[in-house]
Amino acid sequence: MSNSHDHKPGFFARWFFSTNHKDIGTLYLIFGILSGLIGGYLSFMMRLELMEPGFQVFDNPHTFNMYVSMHGLLMIFFLVMPALIGGFGNWFVPLMIGAPDMAFPRLNNLSFWLLPTALICLLISMFIPGNPSGDGFAGSWVMYPPLSTSGHSGPAFDFVIIGLLAAGFSSIFGAINFITTIFNMRAPGMTMHKMPLFAWSVLVTAWLLLLALPVLAAALFMLFFDRNAGTGFFDAAKGGDPEMFQHLFWFFGHPEVYIMVLPAFGIISHIISTFSRKPIFGYLGMAYAMVSIGVVGFIVWAHHMYTVGMDVDLKAYFLAATLIIAVPTGIKIFSWLATMWGGSLSFSIPMQWALAFIFLFVVGGVTGVALANAGYDAAVHDTYFVVAHFHYVLSMGAVFGIFAGFTYWFGKMSGYLYNKYLAAAHFWFFFIGVNLVFFPQHFLGMQGMPRRYVDYPAEFAFYNKISTLGAMVTLVGVLFFLLWLAEAFIVKRKAADNYWGEGANTLEWTLPSPPPFHQFNTLPRIK
Amino acid sequence: MADHAVEHDYHLLPPSPWPFLAGLACTVWGVGMVAFFAGLYPRNAADPNGLMEFLFSRGMDMFGAEKVSNGGWIFLALGCIFATIVMIGWWRDVAKEGNTGDHTPVVQIGLRYGMIMFIMQEVMFFVGWFWMFFEFVLFRKERANWNPDVLEGASAYADSYGLNAAGNQFSTIGAWNLPLLNTLVLLLSGTTVTWAHHALIKNDRKSASTGLVLTFLLGFIFIFLQGLEYKEAFHERLANGFWLDSNIYGSTFFLATGFHGLHVLIGAIFLFSIWLRLIKGSMTPKQHFGFEAAAWYWHFVDVVWLFLFTFVYVVFAMG
Repeated sequence: MSNSHDHKPGFFARWFFSTNHKDIGTLYLIFGILSGLIGGYLSFMMRLELMEPGFQVFDNPHTFNMYVSMHGLLMIFFLVMPALIGGFGNWFVPLMIGAPDMAFPRLNNLSFWLLPTALICLLISMFIPGNPSGDGFAGSWVMYPPLSTSGHSGPAFDFVIIGLLAAGFSSIFGAINFITTIFNMRAPGMTMHKMPLFAWSVLVTAWLLLLALPVLAAALFMLFFDRNAGTGFFDAAKGGDPEMFQHLFWFFGHPEVYIMVLPAFGIISHIISTFSRKPIFGYLGMAYAMVSIGVVGFIVWAHHMYTVGMDVDLKAYFLAATLIIAVPTGIKIFSWLATMWGGSLSFSIPMQWALAFIFLFVVGGVTGVALANAGYDAAVHDTYFVVAHFHYVLSMGAVFGIFAGFTYWFGKMSGYLYNKYLAAAHFWFFFIGVNLVFFPQHFLGMQGMPRRYVDYPAEFAFYNKISTLGAMVTLVGVLFFLLWLAEAFIVKRKAADNYWGEGANTLEWTLPSPPPFHQFNTLPRIK
Repeated sequence: MADHAVEHDYHLLPPSPWPFLAGLACTVWGVGMVAFFAGLYPRNAADPNGLMEFLFSRGMDMFGAEKVSNGGWIFLALGCIFATIVMIGWWRDVAKEGNTGDHTPVVQIGLRYGMIMFIMQEVMFFVGWFWMFFEFVLFRKERANWNPDVLEGASAYADSYGLNAAGNQFSTIGAWNLPLLNTLVLLLSGTTVTWAHHALIKNDRKSASTGLVLTFLLGFIFIFLQGLEYKEAFHERLANGFWLDSNIYGSTFFLATGFHGLHVLIGAIFLFSIWLRLIKGSMTPKQHFGFEAAAWYWHFVDVVWLFLFTFVYVVFAMG
């Protein structure tokens, strides 16, 4: 082993050939912000289009649906997953468990560099023929055949398939890396039952990735060969079954929603504990609640498919199994509340994001419990009620988790403190904005407005207008985000080792801000 | 803290070009996949002018045996070559580090975890294909009752395969010829790799080498026989309606056995590279995780084949 561990390599070697978990985490975060901006641009165009009945922005409904599809794919695979798992996971799992780096540093970098490949494939797909109606793939992120096979004869969707395969392998390699790191590299004395909850959340997430993504890969290959080699997996005339794709897809897709939100759970636990100056309430219950969410998450997938004509008994099973997930999720919500109970609360920026997370995630969770009921789902399936539901758990759950983590750890990662007032403006504009966007969509859905349409009757105009105004408020919030980010790097207020004080007691706060290029040359010992 | 000497046994690495190059290789490969299989231009063989059109118009339609060959294969081949170079470079570095003592006991445990999980994700990949297969096998009679008004083509399918009558009328491949031979080949290779492993542990490097050679040769024999089987099926596809675009059984059969064959090829190359390292003098009786990883992978490939042989060949043909 060489001894020159604090020698940083030159610029190109450092950022392109990196084997350093913190640098790779930074790359992931930058990548997530960039693709988030692209995905956000797509959604903003969609909201402008839907501001009023009739055509506003798009002259081609296909293009609108292509924006819908790409928005979904970009936000899921290129914002939430890279930021939460790749970004914060890479940065803080090794720091929290007292490890000098990840288990497989080169593989870690491969996980990152497959993502630009994937993003390039998806971006190319937007500009090449999808089907005779227009460019790009317009079949939504769920990619159901036959719309994704005979319905999109052009090469655009083939690029989407290749891109998702690359993103999938990136995540599989990342998952292998995280599980090995957590099992094998915890500091002496840190047993699994002493491990910080964020590391637990990434561990559960990594298992979900490892077991769910290969099934998606198989389904994507089936689509690819159905499209290009004449196989009949999803073609009824050849004896295939288009519904089978939905099963394969949601067997991946349902764990995927937990993949997106579990790391946010972990981050929120640390923030609530830090700013209540109390250890988290019911630590072991919190950890095993995540484990049970992960396990049960694998056996509920068909609740996304209540309207395909499945057997009533099967619906009853998936309904019951889905409702069971509310139990461990409730354990988490109530443990956060109990942590704050009697705590010495300080409403710092990350705490505001965390509290908003709890509030909004509960709203999304409650509509989720409603949607789990097959009868109710049949009424609002594929309406804006569903859109509102999953944006409450993702765009306000996972994304608020990202911002909570980012404002919590920004000083630790960059070494600089941000301006509180700009960050507060970011929070309030974003909070009010996204609620204005998505809360009215519950009403739209219950009135029967379907998803994925470029136009709507005048009856839906009022709430759509409010929703689009909300998007504009959100845009202001995003601008404040970029502003405080830039300001912090320009003004360079130095961050102390532990700028949150005694509540922040995980291992990353024992290190300088930013930490040295390689930390823990002498492993910390946990009592 | 920063300037202390390193007092742990974990493996910190200097910067490495391979992951970045692998990402680039994957981009080339991906463009090649689309250019070869789908093309970026609509198929228009009458007007193949210009380099871009040559490279990116719809590639060789090899499955319909209709040759509109264009240059998409160039990208695919370049991507594969690029990826191969990256893999050779990357794993040579890993082997070097193993030989120079960077793989301390704790690092070796990590490598074990990593390989186990890699195989687990491979298992889940095949779960997808078997799920497809079993859903079709178990429910194909129900599919005959699909409402033709709702699902285009459903009744034509049910009629053509006699799914309303007893038994099925799908063409299958006889399980007791080449497939049985292939089963025996793979099972035998499972024993030879175990022989090689035990020989290595007893430091009998000559037997270890012989065992490994036999193993990967048996692997290549398997692939050769599988290719023979595909070739015969291809020539008779019009006569007996059994090819990957004939029906769902053909699709599942060729893709599941095809992906398995690809994994056999990967496993055989893996064993071959281990053999190269063995005869160059690395691998000790105490430390030979590369060998073990290859053997684990080989057994995984073996087990997948047993499932394929049992269900896709034998049980399905019994009706």
